[in-house]
Amino acid sequence: MDAMHTESSCEAAAPGLDYSTWIVIPLYNEASVIAGVVSELLGQFANVVCVDDGSTDGSAQAALDAGARVLTHPLNLGQGAALQTAISYAVAQPGCEHIITFDADGQHRIIDALHMLERAREEKLDIVFGSRFLDDRTNPGILKRIVLKTAVGVTNLTTGLKLTDAHNGLRVLSAEAASRINLQQDRMAHATEIVLQLGRTRLPWGESPVEVLYTDYSKAKGQSLLNSINILFDLVVN
Amino acid sequence: MLIQIILIVALLAIAFYLIRATPSARHLAVRRMLVFLAVIGGVVVILSPGLLTSVANAVGIGRGTDLLLYGFIVAFLLYVVTDFKRSTQLSRANTQLARKLTLAEAHLQDEISRRGANPDD
Repeated sequence: MDAMHTESSCEAAAPGLDYSTWIVIPLYNEASVIAGVVSELLGQFANVVCVDDGSTDGSAQAALDAGARVLTHPLNLGQGAALQTAISYAVAQPGCEHIITFDADGQHRIIDALHMLERAREEKLDIVFGSRFLDDRTNPGILKRIVLKTAVGVTNLTTGLKLTDAHNGLRVLSAEAASRINLQQDRMAHATEIVLQLGRTRLPWGESPVEVLYTDYSKAKGQSLLNSINILFDLVVN
Repeated sequence: MLIQIILIVALLAIAFYLIRATPSARHLAVRRMLVFLAVIGGVVVILSPGLLTSVANAVGIGRGTDLLLYGFIVAFLLYVVTDFKRSTQLSRANTQLARKLTLAEAHLQDEISRRGANPDD
Protein backbone atom coordinates (compact mmCIF):
# COMPACT_ATOMS: atom_id res chain seq x y z
CA MET A 1 0.00 0.00 0.00
CA ASP A 2 1.53 3.31 -0.94
CA ALA A 3 1.17 6.59 0.95
CA MET A 4 -1.42 8.04 -1.39
CA HIS A 5 -4.00 5.45 -0.45
CA THR A 6 -3.72 5.57 3.28
CA GLU A 7 -5.29 8.48 5.12
CA SER A 8 -7.46 10.49 2.79
CA SER A 9 -9.38 7.86 0.87
CA CYS A 10 -10.13 5.16 3.35
CA GLU A 11 -13.44 4.27 1.76
CA ALA A 12 -12.43 4.77 -1.83
CA ALA A 13 -9.40 2.56 -1.28
CA ALA A 14 -11.67 -0.40 -0.75
CA PRO A 15 -11.90 -1.92 -4.23
CA GLY A 16 -15.67 -1.84 -4.18
CA LEU A 17 -17.98 -4.53 -2.91
CA ASP A 18 -18.37 -7.66 -4.99
CA TYR A 19 -22.06 -8.05 -5.81
CA SER A 20 -21.89 -10.98 -8.21
CA THR A 21 -20.32 -13.44 -5.78
CA TRP A 22 -22.18 -15.26 -3.05
CA ILE A 23 -20.35 -16.55 -0.02
CA VAL A 24 -22.05 -19.66 1.33
CA ILE A 25 -21.36 -20.83 4.87
CA PRO A 26 -22.76 -23.93 6.55
CA LEU A 27 -23.20 -22.90 10.15
CA TYR A 28 -23.48 -25.14 13.15
CA ASN A 29 -22.69 -24.05 16.70
CA GLU A 30 -19.97 -21.49 15.95
CA ALA A 31 -21.42 -18.62 17.97
CA SER A 32 -18.07 -17.49 19.30
CA VAL A 33 -16.44 -16.99 15.89
CA ILE A 34 -19.14 -16.59 13.22
CA ALA A 35 -19.71 -12.86 13.74
CA GLY A 36 -16.04 -12.11 13.08
CA VAL A 37 -15.98 -14.31 9.97
CA VAL A 38 -19.16 -12.72 8.56
CA SER A 39 -18.22 -9.11 9.20
CA GLU A 40 -14.79 -9.61 7.68
CA LEU A 41 -16.36 -11.16 4.57
CA LEU A 42 -18.89 -8.35 4.29
CA GLY A 43 -15.98 -5.97 3.89
CA GLN A 44 -15.37 -7.52 0.47
CA PHE A 45 -18.57 -9.25 -0.57
CA ALA A 46 -22.10 -7.89 -0.53
CA ASN A 47 -23.73 -11.30 -0.29
CA VAL A 48 -22.94 -13.65 2.57
CA VAL A 49 -25.45 -16.40 3.24
CA CYS A 50 -25.25 -18.70 6.25
CA VAL A 51 -27.35 -21.81 6.54
CA ASP A 52 -27.86 -22.40 10.22
CA ASP A 53 -28.06 -26.15 10.63
CA GLY A 54 -30.05 -26.24 13.83
CA SER A 55 -27.47 -24.55 16.06
CA THR A 56 -28.32 -24.46 19.73
CA ASP A 57 -25.86 -21.77 20.80
CA GLY A 58 -27.27 -18.67 19.15
CA SER A 59 -25.04 -18.88 16.07
CA ALA A 60 -27.91 -17.86 13.79
CA GLN A 61 -28.56 -14.66 15.72
CA ALA A 62 -24.85 -13.87 15.82
CA ALA A 63 -24.57 -14.26 12.05
CA LEU A 64 -27.72 -12.20 11.51
CA ASP A 65 -26.45 -9.41 13.75
CA ALA A 66 -23.18 -9.41 11.85
CA GLY A 67 -25.15 -8.75 8.66
CA ALA A 68 -25.36 -12.14 6.95
CA ARG A 69 -28.43 -13.50 5.19
CA VAL A 70 -29.35 -16.41 7.45
CA LEU A 71 -31.38 -19.41 6.36
CA THR A 72 -32.43 -21.84 9.05
CA HIS A 73 -32.79 -25.59 8.83
CA PRO A 74 -35.67 -26.72 11.02
CA LEU A 75 -33.41 -29.41 12.48
CA ASN A 76 -29.79 -30.49 12.36
CA LEU A 77 -29.13 -32.30 9.09
CA GLY A 78 -25.36 -32.16 8.70
CA GLN A 79 -22.78 -29.96 7.03
CA GLY A 80 -23.31 -31.42 3.56
CA ALA A 81 -27.03 -30.77 3.76
CA ALA A 82 -26.46 -27.19 4.91
CA LEU A 83 -23.97 -26.58 2.12
CA GLN A 84 -26.41 -27.88 -0.49
CA THR A 85 -29.19 -25.68 0.85
CA ALA A 86 -26.89 -22.65 0.74
CA ILE A 87 -25.81 -23.43 -2.83
CA SER A 88 -29.39 -24.01 -3.98
CA TYR A 89 -30.34 -20.64 -2.51
CA ALA A 90 -27.37 -18.75 -3.93
CA VAL A 91 -27.60 -20.02 -7.53
CA ALA A 92 -31.24 -18.97 -7.62
CA GLN A 93 -30.36 -15.34 -6.83
CA PRO A 94 -30.38 -12.93 -9.78
CA GLY A 95 -26.93 -11.74 -10.76
CA CYS A 96 -25.08 -14.58 -9.07
CA GLU A 97 -21.96 -15.40 -11.08
CA HIS A 98 -19.74 -17.10 -8.54
CA ILE A 99 -20.19 -18.97 -5.31
CA ILE A 100 -17.51 -19.33 -2.68
CA THR A 101 -17.90 -22.04 -0.06
CA PHE A 102 -16.41 -20.93 3.23
CA ASP A 103 -16.12 -22.54 6.65
CA ALA A 104 -17.80 -20.92 9.63
CA ASP A 105 -15.01 -21.57 12.09
CA GLY A 106 -12.60 -18.95 10.84
CA GLN A 107 -9.97 -21.30 9.44
CA HIS A 108 -10.00 -19.78 5.96
CA ARG A 109 -8.40 -16.52 4.85
CA ILE A 110 -10.31 -14.04 2.75
CA ILE A 111 -7.21 -13.11 0.83
CA ASP A 112 -7.01 -16.71 -0.41
CA ALA A 113 -10.66 -16.59 -1.47
CA LEU A 114 -10.08 -13.35 -3.37
CA HIS A 115 -7.08 -14.80 -5.10
CA MET A 116 -9.02 -17.92 -6.11
CA LEU A 117 -11.87 -15.79 -7.43
CA GLU A 118 -9.43 -13.75 -9.48
CA ARG A 119 -7.99 -16.92 -10.96
CA ALA A 120 -11.47 -18.24 -11.79
CA ARG A 121 -12.23 -15.02 -13.62
CA GLU A 122 -8.94 -14.56 -15.40
CA GLU A 123 -8.34 -18.16 -16.41
CA LYS A 124 -12.04 -18.82 -17.03
CA LEU A 125 -12.11 -21.68 -14.56
CA ASP A 126 -15.51 -22.88 -13.41
CA ILE A 127 -14.08 -24.57 -10.35
CA VAL A 128 -11.15 -23.60 -8.13
CA PHE A 129 -10.38 -25.85 -5.19
CA GLY A 130 -8.36 -24.59 -2.26
CA SER A 131 -5.40 -26.71 -1.25
CA ARG A 132 -3.36 -26.35 1.92
CA PHE A 133 -0.61 -28.58 0.53
CA LEU A 134 0.47 -26.41 -2.41
CA ASP A 135 2.68 -24.18 -0.29
CA ASP A 136 4.20 -24.44 3.16
CA ARG A 137 2.09 -21.89 5.02
CA THR A 138 -0.10 -24.50 6.66
CA ASN A 139 1.24 -26.95 9.20
CA PRO A 140 -1.49 -29.43 10.04
CA GLY A 141 0.67 -31.69 12.20
CA ILE A 142 1.74 -35.21 11.36
CA LEU A 143 -1.42 -37.13 12.34
CA LYS A 144 -3.77 -34.76 10.54
CA ARG A 145 -1.49 -34.82 7.52
CA ILE A 146 -1.80 -38.61 7.37
CA VAL A 147 -5.59 -38.46 7.67
CA LEU A 148 -5.86 -35.77 5.02
CA LYS A 149 -3.49 -37.43 2.61
CA THR A 150 -5.45 -40.66 2.94
CA ALA A 151 -8.62 -38.72 2.20
CA VAL A 152 -6.91 -37.20 -0.84
CA GLY A 153 -5.99 -40.68 -2.06
CA VAL A 154 -9.53 -41.96 -1.66
CA THR A 155 -10.97 -38.86 -3.30
CA ASN A 156 -8.66 -39.08 -6.29
CA LEU A 157 -9.37 -42.77 -6.62
CA THR A 158 -13.13 -42.31 -6.67
CA THR A 159 -13.39 -39.02 -8.55
CA GLY A 160 -10.71 -39.31 -11.21
CA LEU A 161 -9.45 -35.79 -10.45
CA LYS A 162 -5.90 -35.30 -9.27
CA LEU A 163 -6.18 -33.05 -6.26
CA THR A 164 -3.56 -32.37 -3.61
CA ASP A 165 -6.02 -31.69 -0.81
CA ALA A 166 -9.37 -33.06 0.29
CA HIS A 167 -12.00 -31.82 2.68
CA ASN A 168 -10.87 -28.25 2.23
CA GLY A 169 -13.94 -26.09 2.69
CA LEU A 170 -12.73 -23.20 0.56
CA ARG A 171 -13.89 -23.51 -3.06
CA VAL A 172 -14.81 -21.09 -5.80
CA LEU A 173 -17.54 -22.25 -8.19
CA SER A 174 -19.13 -20.60 -11.17
CA ALA A 175 -22.92 -20.46 -11.01
CA GLU A 176 -22.93 -23.04 -13.80
CA ALA A 177 -20.78 -25.48 -11.82
CA ALA A 178 -22.68 -24.86 -8.60
CA SER A 179 -26.04 -25.47 -10.24
CA ARG A 180 -24.91 -28.94 -11.24
CA ILE A 181 -24.19 -29.98 -7.68
CA ASN A 182 -26.75 -32.06 -5.86
CA LEU A 183 -25.24 -33.35 -2.64
CA GLN A 184 -26.83 -36.46 -1.19
CA GLN A 185 -24.30 -36.95 1.58
CA ASP A 186 -25.66 -35.03 4.51
CA ARG A 187 -22.65 -35.47 6.71
CA MET A 188 -18.92 -35.13 6.13
CA ALA A 189 -18.67 -37.37 3.07
CA HIS A 190 -20.06 -34.50 1.02
CA ALA A 191 -16.54 -33.11 0.71
CA THR A 192 -15.63 -36.06 -1.50
CA GLU A 193 -19.03 -36.16 -3.15
CA ILE A 194 -18.76 -32.52 -4.24
CA VAL A 195 -15.44 -33.24 -5.95
CA LEU A 196 -17.00 -36.27 -7.64
CA GLN A 197 -19.96 -34.29 -8.95
CA LEU A 198 -17.83 -31.37 -10.06
CA GLY A 199 -15.46 -33.75 -11.83
CA ARG A 200 -18.37 -35.21 -13.76
CA THR A 201 -19.34 -31.77 -15.10
CA ARG A 202 -16.10 -31.77 -17.14
CA LEU A 203 -15.89 -28.02 -16.56
CA PRO A 204 -12.41 -26.47 -16.40
CA TRP A 205 -10.97 -26.55 -12.90
CA GLY A 206 -7.87 -25.58 -10.99
CA GLU A 207 -6.32 -25.72 -7.56
CA SER A 208 -4.98 -22.77 -5.60
CA PRO A 209 -2.81 -22.66 -2.50
CA VAL A 210 -4.64 -21.59 0.63
CA GLU A 211 -3.61 -21.29 4.21
CA VAL A 212 -5.68 -23.08 6.83
CA LEU A 213 -5.47 -21.43 10.20
CA TYR A 214 -5.30 -24.08 12.87
CA THR A 215 -6.36 -22.24 15.95
CA ASP A 216 -6.84 -24.15 19.19
CA TYR A 217 -10.52 -23.63 18.53
CA SER A 218 -10.59 -25.27 15.11
CA LYS A 219 -8.24 -28.02 16.29
CA ALA A 220 -10.69 -28.94 19.00
CA LYS A 221 -13.43 -29.30 16.42
CA GLY A 222 -11.38 -31.07 13.75
CA GLN A 223 -12.07 -34.39 12.14
CA SER A 224 -10.95 -37.38 14.15
CA LEU A 225 -9.25 -40.39 12.67
CA LEU A 226 -12.25 -42.55 13.53
CA ASN A 227 -14.65 -40.23 11.79
CA SER A 228 -12.78 -40.76 8.54
CA ILE A 229 -13.94 -44.37 8.76
CA ASN A 230 -17.50 -43.05 8.83
CA ILE A 231 -16.79 -40.95 5.77
CA LEU A 232 -15.35 -43.92 3.93
CA PHE A 233 -18.37 -46.04 4.85
CA ASP A 234 -20.82 -43.36 3.69
CA LEU A 235 -19.03 -43.17 0.36
CA VAL A 236 -18.76 -46.90 -0.27
CA VAL A 237 -22.27 -47.80 0.80
CA ASN A 238 -24.97 -46.75 -1.57
CA MET B 1 -18.75 -78.82 1.97
CA LEU B 2 -21.74 -77.48 0.14
CA ILE B 3 -22.86 -75.35 3.10
CA GLN B 4 -19.59 -73.38 3.07
CA ILE B 5 -20.17 -72.35 -0.52
CA ILE B 6 -23.81 -71.49 0.16
CA LEU B 7 -22.96 -69.35 3.20
CA ILE B 8 -20.08 -67.52 1.53
CA VAL B 9 -22.22 -66.75 -1.51
CA ALA B 10 -25.02 -65.55 0.75
CA LEU B 11 -22.71 -63.22 2.70
CA LEU B 12 -21.11 -61.83 -0.45
CA ALA B 13 -24.54 -61.22 -1.93
CA ILE B 14 -25.55 -59.29 1.18
CA ALA B 15 -22.36 -57.22 1.04
CA PHE B 16 -22.97 -56.47 -2.63
CA TYR B 17 -26.53 -55.49 -1.87
CA LEU B 18 -25.27 -53.13 0.86
CA ILE B 19 -22.76 -51.42 -1.39
CA ARG B 20 -24.38 -51.32 -4.79
CA ALA B 21 -28.06 -51.89 -5.07
CA THR B 22 -30.67 -49.20 -4.55
CA PRO B 23 -33.92 -50.38 -3.03
CA SER B 24 -36.58 -51.07 -5.62
CA ALA B 25 -39.96 -52.71 -5.99
CA ARG B 26 -38.21 -55.85 -7.26
CA HIS B 27 -36.19 -56.17 -4.08
CA LEU B 28 -39.33 -55.64 -2.05
CA ALA B 29 -41.00 -58.49 -3.97
CA VAL B 30 -38.00 -60.76 -3.36
CA ARG B 31 -38.01 -59.96 0.36
CA ARG B 32 -41.73 -60.66 0.64
CA MET B 33 -41.32 -63.94 -1.18
CA LEU B 34 -38.51 -64.92 1.21
CA VAL B 35 -40.76 -64.22 4.19
CA PHE B 36 -43.48 -66.31 2.59
CA LEU B 37 -41.07 -69.18 1.94
CA ALA B 38 -39.75 -68.94 5.51
CA VAL B 39 -43.27 -69.33 6.87
CA ILE B 40 -43.97 -72.38 4.68
CA GLY B 41 -40.57 -73.87 5.45
CA GLY B 42 -41.11 -73.24 9.16
CA VAL B 43 -44.45 -75.01 9.21
CA VAL B 44 -43.07 -77.99 7.27
CA VAL B 45 -40.07 -78.32 9.60
CA ILE B 46 -42.27 -78.05 12.68
CA LEU B 47 -44.49 -80.83 11.39
CA SER B 48 -41.58 -83.13 10.59
CA PRO B 49 -38.49 -82.20 12.62
CA GLY B 50 -36.45 -84.99 11.08
CA LEU B 51 -36.58 -83.27 7.73
CA LEU B 52 -34.40 -80.40 8.97
CA THR B 53 -31.62 -82.77 9.97
CA SER B 54 -31.84 -84.60 6.64
CA VAL B 55 -31.45 -81.31 4.77
CA ALA B 56 -28.57 -80.33 7.07
CA ASN B 57 -26.84 -83.65 6.38
CA ALA B 58 -27.34 -83.17 2.66
CA VAL B 59 -25.37 -79.89 2.70
CA GLY B 60 -22.68 -81.15 5.04
CA ILE B 61 -23.91 -80.15 8.51
CA GLY B 62 -24.35 -82.64 11.32
CA ARG B 63 -27.43 -81.25 13.06
CA GLY B 64 -30.61 -79.53 11.92
CA THR B 65 -30.33 -76.94 14.70
CA ASP B 66 -26.98 -75.79 13.29
CA LEU B 67 -28.52 -75.28 9.86
CA LEU B 68 -31.27 -73.30 11.52
CA LEU B 69 -28.70 -71.10 13.31
CA TYR B 70 -26.79 -70.39 10.09
CA GLY B 71 -29.99 -69.57 8.29
CA PHE B 72 -30.99 -67.28 11.13
CA ILE B 73 -27.69 -65.38 11.01
CA VAL B 74 -27.93 -64.83 7.26
CA ALA B 75 -31.54 -63.70 7.56
CA PHE B 76 -30.61 -61.33 10.38
CA LEU B 77 -27.77 -59.76 8.39
CA LEU B 78 -30.09 -59.29 5.44
CA TYR B 79 -32.56 -57.58 7.76
CA VAL B 80 -29.90 -55.22 9.14
CA VAL B 81 -28.80 -54.20 5.65
CA THR B 82 -32.34 -53.72 4.40
CA ASP B 83 -33.24 -51.67 7.42
CA PHE B 84 -30.11 -49.54 7.04
CA LYS B 85 -30.99 -48.81 3.44
CA ARG B 86 -34.52 -47.90 4.32
CA SER B 87 -33.41 -45.51 7.04
CA THR B 88 -30.92 -43.90 4.63
CA GLN B 89 -33.70 -43.34 2.13
CA LEU B 90 -35.91 -41.88 4.80
CA SER B 91 -33.25 -39.49 6.00
CA ARG B 92 -32.65 -38.31 2.43
CA ALA B 93 -36.34 -37.64 2.02
CA ASN B 94 -36.25 -35.83 5.35
CA THR B 95 -33.37 -33.66 4.18
CA GLN B 96 -35.14 -32.73 0.97
CA LEU B 97 -38.25 -31.84 2.88
CA ALA B 98 -36.33 -29.68 5.35
CA ARG B 99 -34.46 -27.99 2.50
CA LYS B 100 -37.66 -27.17 0.64
CA LEU B 101 -39.06 -25.70 3.82
CA THR B 102 -35.93 -23.62 4.45
CA LEU B 103 -35.80 -22.32 0.87
CA ALA B 104 -39.52 -21.55 0.82
CA GLU B 105 -39.17 -19.61 4.04
CA ALA B 106 -36.14 -17.72 2.69
CA HIS B 107 -37.97 -16.90 -0.51
CA LEU B 108 -40.89 -15.55 1.47
CA GLN B 109 -38.60 -13.41 3.64
CA ASP B 110 -36.85 -12.05 0.55
CA GLU B 111 -40.15 -11.23 -1.05
CA ILE B 112 -41.40 -9.44 2.06
CA SER B 113 -38.26 -7.36 2.43
CA ARG B 114 -38.29 -6.55 -1.30
CA ARG B 115 -41.85 -5.27 -1.05
CA GLY B 116 -40.95 -3.39 2.10
CA ALA B 117 -38.19 -1.63 0.16
CA ASN B 118 -40.42 -0.91 -2.85
CA PRO B 119 -43.92 -0.29 -1.48
CA ASP B 120 -45.21 0.61 -4.96
CA ASP B 121 -44.90 -2.96 -6.27
